[in-house]
Amino acid sequence: MAVSNYKWIRVVQSVFSHVFLIFVALTCLFPLLWMLRSSLMTNETIFIDKALIPQTLHFNNFYLAWTQGKFGVYFLNSIIYTASAVFAIIVIASLAAYAFSRLQFPGKNFFFYLFLAAMMIPLPGSFVPLVVLMNKLHLANTRIGYILCMINVGLSLSIYILKTFFDKMPSALEDAARIDGCSKLGIWFHVALPLARPAIAVVVIFNTLNIWNEYILATLLLNHEHLMPLQRGLMVYQGAYSVDYPMLMAGLSITAAPVVLVYLFMQKHIIKGLSEGATAG
Amino acid sequence: MRVASVKNPSAVNIKDLFGNYLFILPAVLIFSLFYVYPFFEIFYLSLYEWNGISTTRHFIGLGNFFEIMQDKVWWMSVWHAAYITLIALTFQNALAFALALSCDRDIRMRRFYRFVFYLPPVLSEVVVGLIWRWILSASMQGGEPVGLLNYFLTKAHLYHLMRDWLSDPRTALTSIAIVHSWKGFGWGFIILLAGLQTIDRQLYEAARVDGASSLSILKNITIPMMVPVFIMVMILTILGSMQVFVLVLSMVGQGLVYHTEVPVTRILDSMIGTSRFGYACAQGIVFGGILVVGSFILHKFSKKVRQE
Repeated sequence: MAVSNYKWIRVVQSVFSHVFLIFVALTCLFPLLWMLRSSLMTNETIFIDKALIPQTLHFNNFYLAWTQGKFGVYFLNSIIYTASAVFAIIVIASLAAYAFSRLQFPGKNFFFYLFLAAMMIPLPGSFVPLVVLMNKLHLANTRIGYILCMINVGLSLSIYILKTFFDKMPSALEDAARIDGCSKLGIWFHVALPLARPAIAVVVIFNTLNIWNEYILATLLLNHEHLMPLQRGLMVYQGAYSVDYPMLMAGLSITAAPVVLVYLFMQKHIIKGLSEGATAG
Repeated sequence: MRVASVKNPSAVNIKDLFGNYLFILPAVLIFSLFYVYPFFEIFYLSLYEWNGISTTRHFIGLGNFFEIMQDKVWWMSVWHAAYITLIALTFQNALAFALALSCDRDIRMRRFYRFVFYLPPVLSEVVVGLIWRWILSASMQGGEPVGLLNYFLTKAHLYHLMRDWLSDPRTALTSIAIVHSWKGFGWGFIILLAGLQTIDRQLYEAARVDGASSLSILKNITIPMMVPVFIMVMILTILGSMQVFVLVLSMVGQGLVYHTEVPVTRILDSMIGTSRFGYACAQGIVFGGILVVGSFILHKFSKKVRQE
């Protein structure tokens, strides 16, 4: 009697849980579905037809957004900035993390804590002196200037993640390579980097999402349309054609799609990275 | 044992040491130029009245800081950020914890829920802001509301609830805070769920055998075990929510009205709007100080709670 009662309670609990979870899941999905379906309508039908699935699908908006709306240019820029900054972060951060974990030199802790401090101390408004500096160096309105800033933004956390990983990694293989006469740089490249692939995956994903979604420095540093990434381009577009909803929603879909795809395929790494960070702290 | 004698720490020669420094050189160079230098420059610039372009700067000492003390719009913007943070701390984190509790057992579709809840956090604030700006829009087209929320309200004949959500001073800030929570709860959910899963299942089993109810298990086992995770989520929620601003820019824009201003939009306005770079830097320092002191107090407090 007591056992069946207990089972019954479990079933009710589970039903309530699912109703609650599904309701919240719908509120997460609905705005995105609404964006997508609106990007497939025309300016005439969008205000009349409120069905979730429109009667006729208009893929023309994507073509117009890509060409007239300049989202093709913005998209390419976002790809350039994200790819080059992420690549540079992997090289620079893994070199530093390897040194912090394996090599000996005076001031090692000082430099490592310097990078850590950057993650800990919030400095709102640091973009003001940064913009002043970029103007002084004639790096404002240049691709390389923006890429350098993005590398800097990603460095601290990436060094931290990679150093933690190297610390836990057994050094037997590296020792063997050293005895075989491999140089330190050779060991980093041929032994340490391949072994650190899981940590590098986490670094790549978090920096990719972060740089792809970056808005404020793109706004303060890039004023020419041919240099703007998607986030900045979206705001320019929304300011100019705020009432052309189908095209705006097409632009939003173009901006969101790569992020959702990366998330879809790399979900495991993202959740793992977040959870490990949480339980370690 | 010849191997052991190959590396002797005290015998590291100069060339070797130089080589070791080369590993961190690129990182240190970039970091010094783009982080450390601006970090000190912000303190230096805060002592000047400067328009950002002119070659002459007026040294005014702590003048900018005295001005901030009396800047009503500034302190209002700090209050707005605090309001958004309060809603994130309560509504967003409570929702995240309730969802995490629901998912912390062998429930079907757990992977699906986890995937969906973390979708808003991976999207950019610009994308999220512009989608919600449209849903909350108050414009009319052909006698029908453009925004989905007002459209639903007309269909439900709740005309008295219809409003200009993002311009009405009574609802603008709350709308932003709710969208901010919508974007953020998935992050709290993932971290709280990870924390819940580190709790030993045997504790629950033992309590259940002893006849403890679900509620008392939650109160006496789950919540006390989760305190360190709660504190971490709280600190990160505060730091993140206080500095929110891209969402404000994409949902309502800037400069027209004061009732949705937050500190970072004020800093941007000092910098771009009124071209007062020194004042912008001083605002950044004051706000950074508030955040550091706030998280330090919470940290101390958490240590005390943990010891008890």
